[in-house]
Amino acid sequence: MRVNVTVNGKQRTADDVWPGESLLYVLRERLGLAGSKNACEQGECGSCTVYLDGVPACSCLVAAGQAEGGDVRTVEGLADGDRLDSVQQSFLDTGAVQCGFCTPGLLVAAHDLIERNPAPSDPQIREALAGNLCRCTGYEKIMDAVRLAVERKQATT
Amino acid sequence: MSAPARSPQVLDDKISGGIGASPQRPDGTLKVRGEFAYASDLWHENMVWGATLRSPHPHAGIRSIGIAKALAYPGVHAVLTHADVPGENAYGLKHQDTPVLAEDRVRYQGEPVALVAADHPEIARQALKLIEVDYEVWEPVTDMERAAHDETLPRLHENGNVVRHQRIVKGDPDARADVVVSGVYELGMQDQAFLGPEAGLAVPAEDGGVDLYLATQWLHVDQKQTAHALGLPVEKVRLTLSGVGGAFGGREDLSMQVHSCMLALHLGRPVKMSYNREESFFGHVHRHPARMYYEHGATKDGDLVYVKARMYFDGGAYASKTPVVVGNGTTLSVGPYNVPNAHIEGWGVYSNNPTCGAMRGLGAVQPTYAYESQMDKLATALGMDPAELRIRNAMSEGSTTVTGQVVDFPAPVAELVRRVRDMPLPPPNTDELGFPGGAANTTHGEGVVRGIGYGVTIKNIAYAEGLDDYSTARVRLQVIGGEPTALVHTAAAEVGQGLVTVQQQIARSELGVERITLHTSDTSVGDAGSSSASRQTYLTGGAVRNACLAVAERVYALAAERFGVEATNLSGGKVVAADGAVVADLAELLGEDVIEETREYHHRKTYPLDPETGQGNAHVQYGFSAHRAVVDVDTELGLVKVVQLDCAQDVGKAINPDAVLGQIHGGSAQGLGLAVMEEIQVTDGVVRNPSFTDYLIPTILDMPPMRVDILERPDPHAPYGVRGVGEPPTISATPAVANAIRAATGLELPRVPIKPEHLTGT
Repeated sequence: MRVNVTVNGKQRTADDVWPGESLLYVLRERLGLAGSKNACEQGECGSCTVYLDGVPACSCLVAAGQAEGGDVRTVEGLADGDRLDSVQQSFLDTGAVQCGFCTPGLLVAAHDLIERNPAPSDPQIREALAGNLCRCTGYEKIMDAVRLAVERKQATT
Repeated sequence: MSAPARSPQVLDDKISGGIGASPQRPDGTLKVRGEFAYASDLWHENMVWGATLRSPHPHAGIRSIGIAKALAYPGVHAVLTHADVPGENAYGLKHQDTPVLAEDRVRYQGEPVALVAADHPEIARQALKLIEVDYEVWEPVTDMERAAHDETLPRLHENGNVVRHQRIVKGDPDARADVVVSGVYELGMQDQAFLGPEAGLAVPAEDGGVDLYLATQWLHVDQKQTAHALGLPVEKVRLTLSGVGGAFGGREDLSMQVHSCMLALHLGRPVKMSYNREESFFGHVHRHPARMYYEHGATKDGDLVYVKARMYFDGGAYASKTPVVVGNGTTLSVGPYNVPNAHIEGWGVYSNNPTCGAMRGLGAVQPTYAYESQMDKLATALGMDPAELRIRNAMSEGSTTVTGQVVDFPAPVAELVRRVRDMPLPPPNTDELGFPGGAANTTHGEGVVRGIGYGVTIKNIAYAEGLDDYSTARVRLQVIGGEPTALVHTAAAEVGQGLVTVQQQIARSELGVERITLHTSDTSVGDAGSSSASRQTYLTGGAVRNACLAVAERVYALAAERFGVEATNLSGGKVVAADGAVVADLAELLGEDVIEETREYHHRKTYPLDPETGQGNAHVQYGFSAHRAVVDVDTELGLVKVVQLDCAQDVGKAINPDAVLGQIHGGSAQGLGLAVMEEIQVTDGVVRNPSFTDYLIPTILDMPPMRVDILERPDPHAPYGVRGVGEPPTISATPAVANAIRAATGLELPRVPIKPEHLTGT
């Protein structure tokens, strides 16, 4: 089947999609956007998190056909050209990236949190990121990164 | 054929910061942009997808394998079995006992039996179902203690079911003590649960060889084993590291390496293999489960008199790192304490459970859990403070270990315990989300009790027992675009720990050059050894230093030749004399010259253990860490909330303090996971929870805030005084959490992970 989606602002079409394919598979294997990661295929780890019509979703759990006509924003769509989004910059600055496999999903989840809640408390940050597994960092520096991104956002608004 | 898309990847060479600074990762920008190519992201024109048929039975004979139906399925290009293995159908890190593909029997559930290559991963999966394997199902061997001693059990390998037995005898094993405590402790099977599943892309080459792009921990050992199984000379199997999504020991054994190369060579086209999470649980080795019998004797004042221990490690179907687990487990069996008398025995066995091998804290996690449980039990029996008991018995520089080795480097164990003990304690919880159960709102504090617990560990760093442990680095210095630039090339695996950053820092400091380019890690340079045993900053760091020093010597020779001045230092792009005078501008001195040197770093020699007494200088260095955990336990529901987890660790010298912190945080999380949630549940050899739905690892809600105190007592024998960092915090966190839960509940809790039913008695 054919799937039409808007990805990071561009209209994209994937042909010969097998009906069992996930949105994640189409993004990674058919549209060349490998930034979203496949780590569990069960919606447990959050590594494949993308915005789908403005709402974060595990793209491994979305059938490609369900995304037809949808608007998708992936980790590749967070930066503005060479300029990193402040969440991306904060992850870099705080050392919140180790192996980095969880990073794309965490960035989308953290980006969404800060959009919804410009001043989240620590428990609110933890609650918002509870669906994203990280095996390297113990989450301490991820907390630092989100706090820094919040500070930076507050400083510029 | 060409390299896959996005390979090699260009890392950032314009970051500044030398030794002791915490510069950003050179792969960081690519990673936050989603542009860093992990092995599972590799793509090649004309590639097909490989898949693996695995045994559903833990122990069975194979009567026949029928591939005709699978081969006839549209979109399938190849179906291969053991008959297609071109070289020897056997590999293994320590013993060559593992078939590439099973022949006449399978020894664990998940053992690879056949391979498929197809146009689409789903076609490959469908084709796997069409392969007809006729199994004769046998009774599995599943109990580690019986496997060690019961001669009536089936022998799983030619030499029986004991992979290694090691005894250690020190002093008088019949020594008497005023106070004696004993216990039997068990540890479940932990998974590395790296987030990036096993993956790689094999590209057949025109010379009849193959180029393999993959995620691994040790390129050269993969190369050697893969070439042997393919029946090719080593130089025709070339490996290149792609992005690695974590490792923690789980990538030290082969997974898809030989399989993907077999398919690629058979078809003459690129083959990609990429496991999903379920397959990953079967596709790599795990941490050895253990059963340990311990007895501690002490004087009434609290001085340890003796330790007796018998420990069993279940290695599962194949040997993997079991011999090393027994070596580490027995030599580290009494912990970082002065113990004058000991009798220790360890067995590592074969069974039909999943194969176990390397995982962070190899062979030290199990005994540490047991002896730290014992230390608390002893403190209770003596009426002593548990931290005080540990401080009283702590080893120090000059102490003699249980194998008779004198510790000839700093060992600030007592100070580590004091430091975590003296950190401020968290206040009682007042936040609704902060109770056990969190947002599930299962308690408002009723039935909740708090406890504090300690865990202290000793872990050997780098390879032991006589192995020649080394790494290799090639450094090239030249002027590019008017700027002196160094290219650093090693085969060391960046698995997330930050080794790429450390290599740049060392080269910057040694060469006084800002711009450090990293060559992709591959097998075209000498062996770097594995990214395991907390050894890479020590060994590959040492090799990069040595290569830089050799390059610098040639620069000094050049300066002497040109200017007749003896230079001793490179700094800020200048060649500098001993008195600090600038001899020359480095870029000007070099001109068109290219200076390249390759050097190795070998650590001090270690020695095998005496087979009878277990005495010997087996280890080159130890790492030490101490944790203090504070927990709240809902005794009615059996839920645990770790409120605070603090750590003090001696790292010798922090080359990159931020990265050291990251290692301690992440290691502690894995230790917490083992304490309260992580276990591969195996019944009769069958894995019951091969998914992230059922195998739980800590989330951001499970991890408490951490205070970390980093000590830097340099090891005079190591480059820059470094001490391995990665493993110790994983090890000491587990008993700290377990002891805190015991302190809160008064329960014995002899097994980790501690589950709700252990706390409620239901």
